[in-house]
Amino acid sequence: MNTVVDILSWGFLLAGGAFCAIGALGLVRMPDFYTRMHAAGVTDTLGAGLMLFGMMLQAGLSLVTVKLIMIGLLIFFTSPSATHALARAARARGLQPLLATGKGPSKRS
Amino acid sequence: MSRGGNRVAHLASVCITLYAFWLLLSGYFEPFLLAAGAGSALCVALLARRMAIVDPEGHPIHLALAVLAYWPWLFKEIAKAGWDVSRIILDPRLPISPVLVRFKPSQASQLGLVTHANSITLTPGTITVEASPREFLVHALTRAAGETVVGSEMDRRVSRLEGSD
Repeated sequence: MNTVVDILSWGFLLAGGAFCAIGALGLVRMPDFYTRMHAAGVTDTLGAGLMLFGMMLQAGLSLVTVKLIMIGLLIFFTSPSATHALARAARARGLQPLLATGKGPSKRS
Repeated sequence: MSRGGNRVAHLASVCITLYAFWLLLSGYFEPFLLAAGAGSALCVALLARRMAIVDPEGHPIHLALAVLAYWPWLFKEIAKAGWDVSRIILDPRLPISPVLVRFKPSQASQLGLVTHANSITLTPGTITVEASPREFLVHALTRAAGETVVGSEMDRRVSRLEGSD
């Protein structure tokens, strides 16, 4: 039983780590400020969420799991607020987003 | 229940929530610390009431049950959208088509609008840039993602959530 939980937990931790890495890669690859924020969103939600869940499996039914849930809730409420504030600030400063033209996907400039 | 009774019940729920928070964070269950926690929770709840910073909007306990039904759906949407964005990032051609979308949200209360705007931002691939009762301005990573936020299932679900108190 312990082995099954361990393997599951490892799976979630590895998947979370992979999404964090993908988010970081997106941060580098995306062409402008706003599109980069979308890449960071993957790290915030899937990366952090899956890793927290993996850690909860390790902690089992204990106070540590409750604290991990609290951390999850904190991220769940603060990360979109911070993202929104950042995007709004950029727009208020007059930073224009790179937008797609025509029908096809936009080209990297 | 009368309005005054409602306010007392609300304050009591703030107090209980704070006490539960204390207990779960401390993990010590000795009589002295239990009493100290109860005293602190009561003091904070009363101070917060004196400062007029607790109201149903700041501590929306009346939505607790409805939120439990909404979150699993939201998690599923976040997972789906996160997967889509991950695939775009890993695609060598980087097939993005960023768009700005304006639309009118159907929520009436501030709480409903914030929930809707935050849900959009939490979902990878869409970010709420501006939020007002009249209009949301959303930046989407792809044209397809931009189309999904207008008159969406999320909009309907959040409206149902705010109406269920």
